[in-house]
Amino acid sequence: MIKDKTFEFKNGGDPDVASAVAAIRSLLEFLRRDQSETILGLRENMTQAIRRLEETDSSVAVSSGGELFLRFISLTSLEHPDLSQCKNVMIERGELFLKKISLSRGKVGKLCHTFIKDGAKILTHSSSRVVLKVLENAAADNKRFTVYVTESQPDSAGKRMAQKLRKLNIPVMVVLDAAVGYIMEKVDLVIVGAEGVVESGGVINKIGTYQMAVCSKAHNKPFYVVAESFKFVRLYPLNQQDVPDRFKYTADILKTVKDLNQEHPMIDYTPPSLITLLFTDLGVLTPSAVSDELIKLYL
Amino acid sequence: MADSDGRQVDGVNHATDKDVKLQEIALAKNEGKELTKEEKQRLRKEKKQHKKNKKDDKGPPEKEKEKEKASVPAPSKPATQSPAHKAAPAPVHASESAAAAEKPAKSKAELRAERRARQDSERTSKQGKKEGGQQSASSKPKATPNELQPVVKRLPEHVQVDDPAALKKLAKKLERQQKSGQGCGLNKTGVEVPLRSDYGYKVSLFSHLHQYSRKSPPTLQISIPATVIHPSIVRLGLQYSQGIIAGSNARSVALLHTFKQVIQDYSTPPNEELSRDLVNKLSPYISFLSQCRPLSASMGNAIKYIKKEISNIPSQCKEEEAKGKLQACIDSYINEKIILASEAISKYAIEKISDGDVILVYGCSSLVNHILCKAFEKQRKFRVIVVDSRPRLEGREALRRLVKKGIRCTYVLISALSYILPEVSKVFLGAHALLANGYVMSRVGTSQIALVAKAYNVPVLVCCETYKFCERVQTDSFVSNELDDPDDLIVTRNGKSHLENWQTVKSLGLLNLVYDVTPPDFVDLVITDLGMIPCTSVPVVLRVKNVDQ
Repeated sequence: MIKDKTFEFKNGGDPDVASAVAAIRSLLEFLRRDQSETILGLRENMTQAIRRLEETDSSVAVSSGGELFLRFISLTSLEHPDLSQCKNVMIERGELFLKKISLSRGKVGKLCHTFIKDGAKILTHSSSRVVLKVLENAAADNKRFTVYVTESQPDSAGKRMAQKLRKLNIPVMVVLDAAVGYIMEKVDLVIVGAEGVVESGGVINKIGTYQMAVCSKAHNKPFYVVAESFKFVRLYPLNQQDVPDRFKYTADILKTVKDLNQEHPMIDYTPPSLITLLFTDLGVLTPSAVSDELIKLYL
Repeated sequence: MADSDGRQVDGVNHATDKDVKLQEIALAKNEGKELTKEEKQRLRKEKKQHKKNKKDDKGPPEKEKEKEKASVPAPSKPATQSPAHKAAPAPVHASESAAAAEKPAKSKAELRAERRARQDSERTSKQGKKEGGQQSASSKPKATPNELQPVVKRLPEHVQVDDPAALKKLAKKLERQQKSGQGCGLNKTGVEVPLRSDYGYKVSLFSHLHQYSRKSPPTLQISIPATVIHPSIVRLGLQYSQGIIAGSNARSVALLHTFKQVIQDYSTPPNEELSRDLVNKLSPYISFLSQCRPLSASMGNAIKYIKKEISNIPSQCKEEEAKGKLQACIDSYINEKIILASEAISKYAIEKISDGDVILVYGCSSLVNHILCKAFEKQRKFRVIVVDSRPRLEGREALRRLVKKGIRCTYVLISALSYILPEVSKVFLGAHALLANGYVMSRVGTSQIALVAKAYNVPVLVCCETYKFCERVQTDSFVSNELDDPDDLIVTRNGKSHLENWQTVKSLGLLNLVYDVTPPDFVDLVITDLGMIPCTSVPVVLRVKNVDQ
């Protein structure tokens, strides 16, 4: 099947590329190779493809990226009588979309690094490529700062983040997940990435983020989230239970395990009341502005 | 006009000192100081003649005539008066000047009337800036000589409910509306659009609101058959004031159906355009309805929609066709904004109801009841706790509807709220209106429930159709509210009612509030027909809606 060919794009390539970007790249390739006769058939095939991608990688970003891609390419006048012309228009839009989102990480980095003052102590959670970009930009700006990273079990992603930071010559210290409350009084600000930004302005991120947000609120430290705009997703969780199961666990676990209550979820939901600001390629937003942007994107 | 010209001619012929005197008077008039009695009477007579000649023709032709009238006479004319009048585009103002002209000739009353008219014209000319660039420009330089007079800043009429002068003005306005609706053929012993009088002692914080008694219906003084107010509007008004039709959706739907009836029975008088005359016919009805019970935000939006549709009827459209079109518009409004919206909202809301949920509802919201019934049909397993409060006890109606469906319900009074909340997993609330700053206006007691739910970390969901979104901004429940009949609070137990003679106790006031306002921090989610939005995104929806229209 065509889908299997496109999986190569995803993880075989650049590890620096966000999984959503890789997914969108493969969707674009899929669009190019698609053989359907009608636009409706095309859309159906695309939705099928997105679902297949979600089955491999069940992160929120893939789901949101895929949906936004679909919306973006069909948000143009497809009144041409010839299907191949329509397809060309859609492919053009798709490439434009891909270009935009490839640049988004750079934009976010540029926006956020000015919020890091000289001599700052930063706390971050798990491994996020966007946060890495931000810190890279700040270091390039000749700012001196220290970073505390949580270990982030069960996959010890925090240690990988620490390695990458050491390569950039940034002083970094790895702390236990349980030491967040202990370290909070030392830090000046908290910056985390996001796997998905929901309609309420809250974020879905690696498990442990909610805890860190509650702690930072208690200590009155600013809690910043950096995320690209393709991560905006049409979910509205009311509490931790309300996040759909398909995002909480990895794709293999969803397929193999029967009783999900025994499994540990990989993500949690941080409500908007705990977030100070969100840095996106659409600009610096407050949590309530996220919904406005979503309405503009989706309505 | 003729008189002054004659006089001036005389002045030329006669001695110069008389001339000087005339010029002094003219100067005094120009500077807007005290007018002499004769000048004022003459002005009034001219205006009366003018009004009789024109009938109900408002708008540009009248303004042009007034302009002509103002430009033709010599500059000694009180130029300050007429341009100030002509500048105001609203026909209300034109008739107001007529009303001012018809007041009895007492000097102080005249002066006050003229001053008030001038101030109103200033206010309306400020409002009318959008409409007539030229006119407002002309009113501006001429308004400045008016400001030499001490301009008293007046509160808008609806806020000054206890001020007798404001009451008199409101009464006159209602009288005028009946007159404008009838044209020339006047009669009547009874007042057509009655002015209800306040009842009982009002708590001082709410003294700017009206408090009526259900025992004195607004229709006491209406003559039968009512000629100005359509009988179905009279019936609707009574149903509102007696509380027979209650609830935001019910009131709006009843209003729209009644307007359909009114449009059906309407016939355009000769020399009139349907698009303008029908809107004017509706004004006394709306005043009457707001006297019966203050209009809700949803009713306000519905009325705005109808007025827009009516004024958009092209003039060459035949009457039957226009009426049919209007009725179709009203039907589609009800269908889209209320019925289909509730279907859409139920679809979104059912996603939020999971098996094993304990849902708390307050009072009787038609939308929330609909959602729960639909969720029950979709085989969701949940139980409901209905919270109720005096004096309306609307929760009983909600309880009745839910139990009939077969949903497991518990019934508590609002005083037991903190006792029951630890069991609750979600709170569903209805709304009367959603304000532009994200505050939710709903039945009194709602903000209390939201507050306690927040303290227990229970998510609060508000369900509201988009037609209830209003442009108003309010941060507290005092500024704009509704006071219900205070006698409702009197409770009779064992044959004894302790508050029976509350009026005799001078320091006792009974307060029966109807609405309160909930801040957006207590509301987690608003479900509308456009989707699920946070409370702070209401202005975005309003903006999108305005762009659509």
